[in-house]
Amino acid sequence: MAERLVEVNDLKVQFATEDGIVKAVDGVSFELSRGQVLGIVGESGSGKSVTAMTLLGLTKDKNTRFEGEVLYKGRDVLQMGEGELEEVRGNEMSMIFQDPMSSLNPVYTVGAQIREAIQIHERADKQQAGRRAIDLLKQVGIPNADSRVDNYPHEFSGGMRQRAMIAMALACNPDVLIADEPTTALDVTIQAQIIELIDRLKDEFNSAVILITHDLGVVADVADEIVVMYAGRVVERAQTRALFYDPQHPYTWGLLGSIPRLDRPRQERLHTIKGTPPSLIRAPAGCKFRPRCPHAFDKCMEEPGLENRVEEPGHLDRCWLTVAEKRGLRVRTLAGEEAA
Amino acid sequence: MSSGNGDTPLVEVSSLKKYFPIRQGLLQRETGRVHAVDDVTFAVREGETLGLVGESGCGKSTLGRTIVRLLEPTEGSVRFQGRDISKLGTRSLRPLRREMQMVFQDPYASLNPRKRVGSIIGTPLKIHGVAKSERRQRVQELLETVGLSPEHYNRFPHEFSGGQRQRIGVARALALSPKLIVADEPVSALDVSIQSQMLNLLDDLQKELHLTYIFIAHDLGVVRHVSNRIAVMYLGKLVELAAGEELYQRPIMPYTEALLSAVPIPDPDLSHQRERIVLVGDVPSPINPPSGCRFHPRCRYMTDICREVEPPLTNYGNGHLAACHHPLNVDKETLAQVTVSKRHTPAAADEGAKPETPGKQEAHPIPE
Repeated sequence: MAERLVEVNDLKVQFATEDGIVKAVDGVSFELSRGQVLGIVGESGSGKSVTAMTLLGLTKDKNTRFEGEVLYKGRDVLQMGEGELEEVRGNEMSMIFQDPMSSLNPVYTVGAQIREAIQIHERADKQQAGRRAIDLLKQVGIPNADSRVDNYPHEFSGGMRQRAMIAMALACNPDVLIADEPTTALDVTIQAQIIELIDRLKDEFNSAVILITHDLGVVADVADEIVVMYAGRVVERAQTRALFYDPQHPYTWGLLGSIPRLDRPRQERLHTIKGTPPSLIRAPAGCKFRPRCPHAFDKCMEEPGLENRVEEPGHLDRCWLTVAEKRGLRVRTLAGEEAA
Repeated sequence: MSSGNGDTPLVEVSSLKKYFPIRQGLLQRETGRVHAVDDVTFAVREGETLGLVGESGCGKSTLGRTIVRLLEPTEGSVRFQGRDISKLGTRSLRPLRREMQMVFQDPYASLNPRKRVGSIIGTPLKIHGVAKSERRQRVQELLETVGLSPEHYNRFPHEFSGGQRQRIGVARALALSPKLIVADEPVSALDVSIQSQMLNLLDDLQKELHLTYIFIAHDLGVVRHVSNRIAVMYLGKLVELAAGEELYQRPIMPYTEALLSAVPIPDPDLSHQRERIVLVGDVPSPINPPSGCRFHPRCRYMTDICREVEPPLTNYGNGHLAACHHPLNVDKETLAQVTVSKRHTPAAADEGAKPETPGKQEAHPIPE
């Protein structure tokens, strides 16, 4: 059994705002072991990014309230002081952000930014750090790394900037790499390269990856396990194949059904999930997906627990329908047919 | 003069070029040019949706903006309903603005945050002299058309979600009942579930209002869903143009093949099985584009000829055009018959165009 690196137990993150309490993350649990890729899938406002940032203690603020625990190798990140957090951040867990242009400092060279990460966490002099920076850039596939290391971010293309971000994130051999929508801003051709790179480096560095995305296509290939989030809640959690071939939650069906797919004949109309995601301040009573769910019934006024309802252990969902009902009802949605 | 019948194209683009000068130094001397759109010829038929795909920086947005004359072409012409509009001045363009509208990518940046929805959608009506009393009613109708409520008239953009804002953008484009809408990545900023709502709405509007779309996007799944025909661009050049299904079943240009193979498929087993052509490197600079075929540095079929001779856009039958020295998915007979399309006539880019006889050349011109 691989070493357990991260364990999140019933995490709740709430922000106090002028309009009320925003329940951004509302009872999320998952585990991550060495060598594993965990996909967190959800739309904007589902709480996936807040979950990721909380893992690194980046959401700490006087207006934020936490509940539950975020254990990194048994230590609770939520209880750590700023000094301890700085030790963990970048060194043991690091993050790749969505937009490489706004996450790189435009007035420093790419090399300087990677060296900084190395020098903060390791006893390395400038020259050693410089050599490491060049090695890292080579590892992430930047051509002419020796000269490119002295370039500024604006001299890099979008794909190269994202590679530089990955190099920076890997600078201190972290155990956990959190990638928040790492390919959303990139072209499909570059997207495939970056996902392959993350997957390869995970093996080379013997680390674990949390891949956050709104695109189920991106995680289909690389994730071992997938967590689907909706309105701050986990609505389904399963091994990747089980999630794609035996999805249990109507929201997961909707996500799968509304993607225009190249591997299938073209459809006249696309399946849609009606309505919009709910407010996180005044969430609907009962199941959070109820107002948008075409299969909702009386019982949905009470929220179902995240439980194992299918034969396969570890496949959890939050829906009252029986497994047999689900397997019947989902067929049309998964085929992408327009909702009746 | 030419509306109504399907024979005349609504838009004809011929040998269109758009270069952006790079100026440097004290005297702001021109030191180079970005070849954003470089000699592009095609036509858009009335009532169809033409998809325009390519990686960022390939010139698809510049092409879209040049067609609606938000940008001035460097060379070549754009004909709208048979009339050359590439050289018209601001004043003579104004009546044409009624006919051609744009929907932009970013629903946050393309709406003025200080204006109310009523004023945002009503401005085009005001400019074109619609009386105030009529305006309010028309805007409210438009709000309903795009699936919003007429009560939203007095709200500000920040009160809406991304999907709703994009609907406001569409309502504004529809205000003057245009014939052509150029939609530049209209759904790429939206969530998956909202994206499909938007695509269905655009589809409904097209049927109802007989619109013609030029749909610019980088997501090939989305483009295939909406388009009748699809044009693929690479570094300012049109490299392939075909009917939607044809392009996906039978890509001729290796670049198209690579693009298609890179699209993620939400099915773990299928995704694992299929061959993925990983393109090495990035798109080269459009300031000094590569010689010969612009795709050659990244192409896995590249030979010497690709480095030296630019492949002409060739008609492989059924209006399937492609520019490549090593065409894929083409059988021997077709290859023997293919003709180089008359590059400067938009008719050649039109489906159902008869095989051209003049200028017959071999598909593999041999360099001297």
